[in-house]
Amino acid sequence: MNLSTLTAEYMLFAPEIVLALGAMGLLMLGVFVRDQDKAAAFVAPLTAGLLVAAALVAALMVPGEGGQAFSGAFVFDPLALFAKVAIFGAAAIALLFAVPYLIAERLAKFEYFVLIALAALGMSMMVSANDLISMYMGVELQSLALYVLAAFNRDSLRASEAGLKYFVLGALSSGLLLYGASLVYGFTGATGFNEIAIASASGEVSIGLLFGLVFMICGLAFKVSAAPFHMWTPDVYEGSPTPVTAFFATAPKLAAIVLLARILLEPFGAMTDQWQQVITAIAILSMAVGAFGALTQNNIKRLMAYSSIGNMGYALVAIAAGTATGLWALLAFMILYIISLIAAFGVMLSMRTSEGMVEQVEDLAGLAQSRPGLAWTMTGAMFSIGGLPFLVGFFGKLFILYAALQAGLVFLPIALVLFSVVAAYYYLRIVRVMWFSDPVVTFIGPSATTAVITNVAGIATAALVIVAPVLFYLAQNSGFGPL
Amino acid sequence: MLSAVTFAPLAGALVIILFKMFSRAEDSAFIEKNARGVALLTTLVTFALSIMVLIQFDPQNPGFQMVEYVPWFTELGMGYRMGVDGLSVLFVLLTAFLMPIAILASWKVEKRVADYMIAFLLLETLMIGVFCALDIVLFYIFFEGGLIPMFLIIGVWGGANRVYAAFKFFLYTLLGSVLMLVAMVFMYLQAGTTNIEVLLATPFAAEVQTWLWLAFFASFAVKMPMWPVHTWLPDAHVEAPTAGSVILASVLLKMGGYGFLRFSIPMFPDATAYFTPLVFTLSVIAIIYTSLVAFRQTDIKKLIAYSSIAHMGLVTMGLFALTELGVQGAIFQMLSHGIVAGALFLAVGVIYDRMHTREIAFYGGLVHRMPVYAAILALFSLANIGLPGTSGFVGEIMAMIGTFQVSTWAAAGAAIGVILSAVYMLTAYRNLVLGDLTNPKLAEINDMNIREWAIFMPLIIVTLVLGFFSTLITDVTAASVEQLLSNYQAALAASAQ
Repeated sequence: MNLSTLTAEYMLFAPEIVLALGAMGLLMLGVFVRDQDKAAAFVAPLTAGLLVAAALVAALMVPGEGGQAFSGAFVFDPLALFAKVAIFGAAAIALLFAVPYLIAERLAKFEYFVLIALAALGMSMMVSANDLISMYMGVELQSLALYVLAAFNRDSLRASEAGLKYFVLGALSSGLLLYGASLVYGFTGATGFNEIAIASASGEVSIGLLFGLVFMICGLAFKVSAAPFHMWTPDVYEGSPTPVTAFFATAPKLAAIVLLARILLEPFGAMTDQWQQVITAIAILSMAVGAFGALTQNNIKRLMAYSSIGNMGYALVAIAAGTATGLWALLAFMILYIISLIAAFGVMLSMRTSEGMVEQVEDLAGLAQSRPGLAWTMTGAMFSIGGLPFLVGFFGKLFILYAALQAGLVFLPIALVLFSVVAAYYYLRIVRVMWFSDPVVTFIGPSATTAVITNVAGIATAALVIVAPVLFYLAQNSGFGPL
Repeated sequence: MLSAVTFAPLAGALVIILFKMFSRAEDSAFIEKNARGVALLTTLVTFALSIMVLIQFDPQNPGFQMVEYVPWFTELGMGYRMGVDGLSVLFVLLTAFLMPIAILASWKVEKRVADYMIAFLLLETLMIGVFCALDIVLFYIFFEGGLIPMFLIIGVWGGANRVYAAFKFFLYTLLGSVLMLVAMVFMYLQAGTTNIEVLLATPFAAEVQTWLWLAFFASFAVKMPMWPVHTWLPDAHVEAPTAGSVILASVLLKMGGYGFLRFSIPMFPDATAYFTPLVFTLSVIAIIYTSLVAFRQTDIKKLIAYSSIAHMGLVTMGLFALTELGVQGAIFQMLSHGIVAGALFLAVGVIYDRMHTREIAFYGGLVHRMPVYAAILALFSLANIGLPGTSGFVGEIMAMIGTFQVSTWAAAGAAIGVILSAVYMLTAYRNLVLGDLTNPKLAEINDMNIREWAIFMPLIIVTLVLGFFSTLITDVTAASVEQLLSNYQAALAASAQ
């Protein structure tokens, strides 16, 4: 291997290098500042800048045609590019959301931001993984950072419980994933996705390989919080500090679902008939749990946890299609969903009274009168996540329906729309509380950055003419890439 | 031009939103006060624009006119396509005509006026969009999007049981519509486009048609509403504010009938022929059953709501008779019912504003205190029954004769419904207006003021003019209906071979 091919390979890896070195540098920087509050205050914008820089590097510096590096262990393709930019963007927004919250809750430690950068690095590895080993490395790096973030408010019993639960169950799922990966290695004799693809496409599917695949799906279903592996989600969403929840709900979900899609479509693309049944079952279960589980929730973070289980069910429908169309439908759906989530979490982060944060649905009462801007944003976000038309979330569902019907699935799309009607009930419930009731508590205003991000995202949920087509083109170009 | 009509109300809504967002707290009273004026002005401009559409419209041409196209998701075969034909242009006009009246009728709303006007203007954009859209996805966006403002209107400004009614309305209609969405995506996969003009010329296989027809039927039957999926309507009507009831009865219900005309009948002719007996049966049950139910109501608004269901039964019957007279009559009946039912709800609003109750038993002998009101209510009650000389008569008689040509027993059922409508309307009228003024609380009730006069005047004129000059409507719709039926017959003949 000569020097020029080595540089070419490192160029593909440039965003990760930027992030890794940057995160290490910020860690050093933070340690050497005596005043912890001050350290947090300037590490935060630097980390946000680092994430933006990594996104720019991924979009502009990496050769557009992409390629594979490190003997095929790492891949950079349009899919990875799309996912990376989205992940870095979502992480940066989650980080900006966190700053005022952490200061108000006296949690402002600079490690928080470095952990977010490291988690983003792990996710970036996940979406570029082209080998079982690099896949596991990415998954573990992001998980370890997330475990710590979940328990970041270590003096809070609920947060510690959430962190511990997340860690124990997450470790179990990593075990499942690893066991599946070892079975796959055992029956194909390879860890690289390229080689596994060749092995799985040739002739008879061995029962061992099938077992390995199912175990891997289970492990990853944990990470995307799809039923029946969803048990941790409501507790972790509720227990974690709200900006951490906002982070959990967006970037890691995207990374895990893209990884799942890549594994199913590339190394196991020839085994669609086998895994389609598994994914169909998981999708229907998730949609059902998401739709019915949220009906009785009073804590809005818990409600959003069930909503996210249901939405992951919709995303799995797109994967179940098993086609290139399904892939771009998945990407478009996820990105529109994340935009709506950002608006929703921005409002949740603004639910601060003079006595601290509140998180019951009933606390939103009369928001349309006390804070009309927030109420309009939350209304748009709820209807958008619910997938109702003239808000962008509708297009995500439309594309999934399109992909699934095109792949010849009939039962799944019908199940999807029926469950979405059930789910509409609890989104409507939030709207009802905001609009139909009179104000009970008044919120002190959100910080300037939170307000700007929230309102921009809120307008984006309604500005479908501008947002939806642009993201559609990006998603379509990325989705058609690897297949 | 059509985009201008469609989005003019949205522009008005945005103006109010911007003023609301960028105002200081002490200005809020000013904004609340002037939101009414902005909304009225916007709806009047929209009405003027819709009249210009009608002037430009060529009634001889059966195809789509004033078509606008902007590329939008072209890779998916979608596009922003707008256009009107004889079937839809009058509904645009009806919507634009009723909105200023609805805004005027809401002049007394004091609670969160700016939000109220924003919701109504948004709703107007979505309703006009439904009738102009020439792309199924665009149609669905407008069709389904209307639920959101209507949910808020019922839920925020409605009566005592408003939350229940708003949820029932929303979830019921959503459940009906989502299956249509699946069917629409399926149609796109079959035809490769979402352009309605192309889809109208695309033949679908007979067994596919059956399923697609049922999916569309689920949506339109709920919207219409047809028996037995009508139960959301009485609740929604009773709890909605007066203007909300008017728009619900006059425009939203018409979307179901329009959907049958635009999609079910021309796109799935074989399935339509197959299911016609089902539609006739449901329509006859709706007409007779809901008329009987209407007779037993103690709440005026509920009575009118059930009467609306009965009248819509006549519309579906006329549509699926698939004779020229039947379809023309059904369209006429939809437009006429839009005016008459709207006027009846407004009339209820007049006394409700004064006494804050809708119980029929509370009233009685109003004629002694409110002679003008009594006369106006008499006119619209008779129009609702279908008295000759009012617009109600023309639609009913045309739809009934049209049905009689294909099915005697269905037309007989409809005729019984007309008799029953006289029974419940006249009974209600007697109990409300005639007799002695026994309730002492009514002793001080006042007759209509100038604003209420201004609301009713245009409705009275239109009802009487259409009653005598029915060709004003039938001339516009004739060419398109003729084409619809000839295409339908040709498609049936082609599949019979």
